[in-house]
Amino acid sequence: MRLQALEMAYKSGQNGAHLGGGLSAIEILATLYHDVLRVDPCNPCDENRDRLIVSKGHCVLAYYTALYEKGFLSAQDLEQFEQNGYHWHGHAMRDLTHGIEFHGGSLSMGMSFAVGEALACKAKGLQSRVFVLVGDGECDEGLIWEAAMSAAHHQLDNLCVIVDRNRLQYDGETTEVLNTDSLAEKFKAFGFEVVEVDGHDCEALAKVFSNQCSVVSGKPRCVIANTIKGKGVSFMENDKTWHHHTLNEAQYNQAREEVEHAD
Amino acid sequence: MLIDKRTARLYSRLGQRGAIFGMAINDWAVQDEKMIVLTADLATLSGMDRYVKSAAPYRFINAGIAEQNMLGMAAGLAAEGFHPVVTTYATFLTMRACEQIRHFMGYMHLPIVAIGSGAGLSQGFAGNTHYTIEDLSMMRAIPNLRIISPADAASAVKLFEMALESIEPVYMRLTGNLNAPMVYTEYVPFGFGKSNCIRVGSDISILATGTMVYTAIETAEQLEQQGLSVEVIDMYSIKPLDVARVHEAMQKRLVVTLEEHSKMGGLGAAVAEEMSACGAGCKLLRLGIEDKFDLAGDYEWLLRQNRLTPELIVEDIIKNL
Repeated sequence: MRLQALEMAYKSGQNGAHLGGGLSAIEILATLYHDVLRVDPCNPCDENRDRLIVSKGHCVLAYYTALYEKGFLSAQDLEQFEQNGYHWHGHAMRDLTHGIEFHGGSLSMGMSFAVGEALACKAKGLQSRVFVLVGDGECDEGLIWEAAMSAAHHQLDNLCVIVDRNRLQYDGETTEVLNTDSLAEKFKAFGFEVVEVDGHDCEALAKVFSNQCSVVSGKPRCVIANTIKGKGVSFMENDKTWHHHTLNEAQYNQAREEVEHAD
Repeated sequence: MLIDKRTARLYSRLGQRGAIFGMAINDWAVQDEKMIVLTADLATLSGMDRYVKSAAPYRFINAGIAEQNMLGMAAGLAAEGFHPVVTTYATFLTMRACEQIRHFMGYMHLPIVAIGSGAGLSQGFAGNTHYTIEDLSMMRAIPNLRIISPADAASAVKLFEMALESIEPVYMRLTGNLNAPMVYTEYVPFGFGKSNCIRVGSDISILATGTMVYTAIETAEQLEQQGLSVEVIDMYSIKPLDVARVHEAMQKRLVVTLEEHSKMGGLGAAVAEEMSACGAGCKLLRLGIEDKFDLAGDYEWLLRQNRLTPELIVEDIIKNL
């Protein structure tokens, strides 16, 4: 998936792409689509499907790649990424036939939307789970906390908030820009059951996602996935300049080589 | 709901908000099992106590004083096939949650009916934070959004039903107060992109919206005493606009737009855009709220400050003939 993501970013040319946050979310999305989400590309609008709301909409490199691996997107769809006149913006647009639940791009909107989805699933008596992927920088937004309060108030134990905790946002470290260092405590105080996990360990992720369903009945769940921004490419890791950037040929080749030779 | 004199009088006593949330919503809940009502700590004020008591738990959600999340929750519900109606003061609905309206109702095109109450100056001594004088300007610029503004309480109920039936994103702007004057006392059809001729006239056309329609009728009656024949149109559909009606109005000596909204960006601007596009030769007088924040005052005083009473409107029209 990392290779695919790098290729998409390289082909986007001078438009550039959100590499840092895309690469940090690879294992999270891979695990969700491979091991956790009950979704079927042959029946994409199934009422009983699990819903994944990608609120940190800038992680499309990982998101589109995961949808491709799962069979929701074709190779041709990926070729059309950030090309004029096609559906594939740098932030995904809702299209259930392609497995996309939400228009990403405006941070924190997805968290609130996911609360509505979880309420709706409960009202309809569905067993579906609702996952929402947010960034730690995104947790600066007030709407995240309005939505968190409402999720606990409505006892949405069918909702799982996943925080891609890569500790970097556009302008620098999250602790420097607006300190979100105590995210776990914050979500706990808002009424969530909180689990922390290594966000690059697929087995650990699968474990926390799979038993998420009503571990503590009546409480929404928050999985804080500790990740590395730009994961897998040495010169991108933990460097804020790769939040959104273009790749030249030499950088692309080096990045490919590092990913291909990773353990 | 059929409009007749008895129901029109009843609704009028309740005002636009009370007619919808105190009365109509209870009937509609029976008819449309997918309707869910959300409010931001304004259930009692909106008069929906009866609905709250009788509705199934999931069909009423009090979002608390969190307008942005109210829109987000409504969006998730709409995406799952429910028909959410969200309501709070128009100012906090359209400004605190402006981007949510743009994102969920505009961009995602989700069928939420957003009802903003107390628009214009009716909040009186509550002050400028509670006035809504910019909402049409902001909402008009959002693609996919339909905007309606009823003239009285009976037509508010009709337009509310029309909005819910449409399964489209709709912003509904409620103006006026309790005991609002009646414009409609019998059945007339309503539709998006349409308008209603309330009074026929040949010299001047007043295109009015919201509770200013009744003010326009009073204005027309006063002008008639001065020998001027004045047409009054209820432009309840702000977007889409009834452009055919604008073209007809352009045949008169003067077109006047009248709204309880800033002179910028609202009905007057929409009519000006259409008239300038067709090279209209006739003059347009845009009447509305001045480009300023007002000092403390009651509703009537504020309307006078902004020259939105019949006597002052007559003066301004005569000056511009």
